Amino acid sequence: MDYSVSVQQEDFDVSTEYQALRGSDAGTGAIATFTGLVRDSGDLQGVTGLFLEHYPGMTERVIEDLIEQAAERWDVRKARVVHRVGQLALCDQIVFVGVCSAHRADAFAACAFIMDALKTSAPFWKKEITESGEHWVEQKDADLARSQSWEL
Amino acid sequence: MGNENTVIVRFFARLREELETDSLTLPARSDTTAGQVLSDLAAKGGPWAQLDEGQPVMIAVNQVMARPETRLKAGDEVAFFPPVTGG
Repeated sequence: MDYSVSVQQEDFDVSTEYQALRGSDAGTGAIATFTGLVRDSGDLQGVTGLFLEHYPGMTERVIEDLIEQAAERWDVRKARVVHRVGQLALCDQIVFVGVCSAHRADAFAACAFIMDALKTSAPFWKKEITESGEHWVEQKDADLARSQSWEL
Repeated sequence: MGNENTVIVRFFARLREELETDSLTLPARSDTTAGQVLSDLAAKGGPWAQLDEGQPVMIAVNQVMARPETRLKAGDEVAFFPPVTGG
């Protein structure tokens, strides 16, 4: 299984990521991708941007481990994760997860698992910026429940 | 990583800001745990007291998720941070 994990300030290009997933593996019959974007409301309304902090080194290791876990549970032929950090504006891309599998069910499941588990286990923290101040985002019970729902 | 006589302690996000500290170095003690380091830091009072006041604090030792009872040895890096919110 071939994978790549990148934590970066720069934006990413989904078509480039998709082409890297597509490659020339004739055993791949399905690619599922997810892209997360900066939204104008979260814990607060009127969000004008985000600041994303991470724990360098640990972040990459946690995401690699999630990909390995996904590959133990589903057919994962290739996976790519890109997560941005630093200052982000509204509508900016935050995160990309893409998975290649032989069949769609495995691609959908592995992509959703990696994304759900990343949200509650990879050491990233979001701060919402608004006209009236800044706020560190709180972890959501719904996100924890989604992540826990994947436990065997 | 700390050297042979020390443990590095790191803080992230809200804790880093409120403690006005991103890392500090403590002398390594034999037979200590991540939770003991947290309690000792909380005893400094002021903003540090929040480390022991029931708010969830996640712990990593050498960049792997850990628990309060995880033992520390000289050279370890222990990190304390709020629940994560990426994605």
